[in-house]
Amino acid sequence: MNRPEREAAVRQLMERSAPHVPTELHADVVRRGGRILRRRTLARRLLWLLLLAATLAFTVWAVVAQPWVEPPSQTTPPLTGW
Amino acid sequence: MRERRTAQEARRAREFEAFVAGAGGRLLHAATLLTAEAPADNPRARRLLTLALAHTYACWDRLHGEDPYNRAREYLATRFAHGAWHRYAALPLGRGRPLTAVGPLARLTPQERLVLVLRLYEGVADEQVAALLGLPVERIRTVCDRATATLLHPPRGPAPAVHRAKAAAS
Repeated sequence: MNRPEREAAVRQLMERSAPHVPTELHADVVRRGGRILRRRTLARRLLWLLLLAATLAFTVWAVVAQPWVEPPSQTTPPLTGW
Repeated sequence: MRERRTAQEARRAREFEAFVAGAGGRLLHAATLLTAEAPADNPRARRLLTLALAHTYACWDRLHGEDPYNRAREYLATRFAHGAWHRYAALPLGRGRPLTAVGPLARLTPQERLVLVLRLYEGVADEQVAALLGLPVERIRTVCDRATATLLHPPRGPAPAVHRAKAAAS
C-alpha cells in the first residue's frame, strides 16, 4: 500500500458517520459573537477614555507646573543694596 | 444614512447565516473527529464549533477578502491545540466528563488527531499546518505518517496491556 492509497483509506475512514448539526447553532453563534463584539467595543472605548484622561491630566499638570520655565537660582544670593 | 446602515447589517447577517449553514456541517464533523466523540453525543465538538464561528462572526467585517472558512478552521484548530492538554486533562478543574474516546480516531493522541484532520480531512498543505501549529514541517509529516499507520494497522490489544502494566507496577 503506497502513500496515496493509505491516505485515501484514512480519508474514507474519517468521512464516515457525519454528525448532525444542531438547529440552534446559528442563534447561539450570533449571540456569542455579538457578545464578543460588544466587549471589544467596550474595551476600545475604555482605552480611548483612558488615553483622553491621561492627556488631559498631563496638560493640566504642564500648565500648572510650567516645567519649561527656568527655576530661580538657589546658589547665588540675590543682588540687593548696592 | 441609517437606512443604508440597517440594509448593510441585514446583508451581513444573511451572508453570515449562509456561511454557517454551508460550513457548519463540515466543521462540526472535523471538530467531532478532533475531540473523538460519538457523532450523536458531541458537546465538546459543538462548543469548539460555536466558539470558532462566534470568533468568525466577530471579525466578519475585517476579513478583507480572506476566506471565512479558513479563519474558522484555524481558530478551531488552535483552540483545540491549546485546550487539549490543560482544559480537558484529568484535573479536578477540567470541566465535565471523563474522556472516553470513541469514533474513528479514538486510538490516536490529540496531536495526531489534529494533524491528521487538518492534513487529510481538510486537505491543508503540510507547510500551512506546520505554520499554524508552530512545528517543523518534518515533524508534521512524521506525525501524519505515524497516525496513518496506527489507524490502518491497529496494534493488537493496547488497552489491556497498559492495564496489566499499571496493575503490576502498583
